Amino acid sequence: MTQETLKPQEKAALIELLYQMGDDDFILSFRGSEWLGLAPHIEEDVAFSSISQDMMGHANLYYRLLEDLGEGEADRIAHLRTPDQFRNAIILEEVNGPGTYLKEPEYDWAFAVVRNYFYAVHKQIRLDSLRHSSYEPLAEAARKIMTEQYYHLMHWEVWFKQLMTSTDEAIGRMNAAVEKVWRDFGGVLTLGPSYADIVKANFIDDEAVMKKRWTNKFEAVLKEVGAAYPGEPRMERGNGRNGVHTDDLKQALSTLSEVYATNPATGW
Amino acid sequence: MTVGVSFNQLSEEEKMQHFLDRINAGEKIEPDDWMPEDYRLQLIRLISMHGISEIMGALPEKEWVPKAPSLHRKLAIMAKVQDEMGHGQLLLRVAEDLMAPLGKTRHDIMEDLFSGKLKFHNVFHMDAPTWGDAGIIAWLVDGAAIISQSMMLDSSYGPYARALKRICAEEVFHAQHGESIILAMAEGSPEQRQMLQDALNRWWESLIMFFGPKSAKETGNSNADKNIMYKIRTKTNEDLRQEFFTKYIPRIWSLGLTIPDDTIRFDEETQMWIYKDADWSKFKQIVSGNGPQSQNRLDLRRRSYKNNEWVREALAAKKAI
Ligand SMILES: [Fe+2]
Ligand SMILES: [Fe+2]
Repeated sequence: MTQETLKPQEKAALIELLYQMGDDDFILSFRGSEWLGLAPHIEEDVAFSSISQDMMGHANLYYRLLEDLGEGEADRIAHLRTPDQFRNAIILEEVNGPGTYLKEPEYDWAFAVVRNYFYAVHKQIRLDSLRHSSYEPLAEAARKIMTEQYYHLMHWEVWFKQLMTSTDEAIGRMNAAVEKVWRDFGGVLTLGPSYADIVKANFIDDEAVMKKRWTNKFEAVLKEVGAAYPGEPRMERGNGRNGVHTDDLKQALSTLSEVYATNPATGW
Repeated sequence: MTVGVSFNQLSEEEKMQHFLDRINAGEKIEPDDWMPEDYRLQLIRLISMHGISEIMGALPEKEWVPKAPSLHRKLAIMAKVQDEMGHGQLLLRVAEDLMAPLGKTRHDIMEDLFSGKLKFHNVFHMDAPTWGDAGIIAWLVDGAAIISQSMMLDSSYGPYARALKRICAEEVFHAQHGESIILAMAEGSPEQRQMLQDALNRWWESLIMFFGPKSAKETGNSNADKNIMYKIRTKTNEDLRQEFFTKYIPRIWSLGLTIPDDTIRFDEETQMWIYKDADWSKFKQIVSGNGPQSQNRLDLRRRSYKNNEWVREALAAKKAI
């Protein structure tokens, strides 16, 4: 399919899907950029900021596709929507820890590793499926993103496995982070209310199939590092795909749009 | 030069003479080559300060990474701060090699930073309260850095010269990114132009300070002169400052901005810029950790160092297996 051959119902479903994926990358990239200068060592600061930059680039690609579908300029999409118009999963908007990125940040590296690793695995599954998307511009974007995503996945996997099999303190902190992320990670694994239309048009695989791939992977990974499998990933704080969000998103968006919103009409 | 096996049998004076002959002939010194202790210490001082300044230098821009006012600008500033961290990493590795024979490691560099013993560049102690500051930093601070670093591209110490080659190539992109922000704001709304002018006013004295004081007399510090003798650097602080003026003052004026110094002018007779000098006692205060943001930014690094202690321990434990 191309832009011209989409039926209205398909187009609406495609737009929903693009918001979900664009917002996931946009918000998690923001949380990553807050870590700048605070990572465990300088080499990691370099690597992590590169990953965050790539993810911002991926969000940008999805927003451009939305722009092409008549959703307005990508910059307005990124900077001027209200929190209830965002479709990212709730766990991705959560703050990195107490404090702010400029003042007294008490950020939790275990949470960063777990959240990013879990997300990278899902993103890989999603991209594998999108390569065969019926919407050709999306399939093309996915192929572009995959070349970078492969490295992100490796990066977080190394961190995850290392810390999960190291000192008792590290294992304790990592398990606490796994438990925390598990409570809401179900929100990443869903396609939201337009799920049936999204799947029917073959934009992406069925969410149940992709979810199974993710849980299979984690049953194996957790076994490998000697941790218990916590059962079905949950969605305790609601579904971000429905526009349900926490105050953490509000705070993120007001930072992200602070300058742009002062004058969206001018050149910056 | 044929010294070969007998080199170790030379007296200290002969080794020193041999070393000076090499650098005077334009040869590069490599990490495992013999070098006078003083040369090693000068390099450690210079390179660890440079490296840590790159790292601390990412912090004034940190605030503006998420706040950058478009997706394009967000991507560009993310790329820039990532480069700066990369420069820091590259330079600390060069410093670490030099420190190894003294039994010191990166841990010592970080400790020296936290204790205030290792200083970082004056500009990175300052406030950056608006997006205009992010533009001025990338355009003029990086522009100043290009001028002072290009001079050392031919440094007698090979690993430093090679690191600088890569760094300078990237700095050019940073300055272009800065210039592009500045141009957009200069051509924008009256509020944007005002924001830009305010940022220039805030940064001007820091930019004068960037190159350091005019001569040893003012600070009692002769490191710059020593580094010239060792061919680590080739120009004086004032040479560099004048070069900066010549390159940037006409550009600043052509944008319709005002330099906050009404005495500044080019003197045809001496072929030098006349300008109001910085307050060097203030400079001393700033680099000693008493600038407006010194302690906040050090606090960010100290805090993360402490919060991530368990990660370093976990990695060390994995290595030990
Ligand atoms: Fe740099
Ligand atoms: Fe730079």
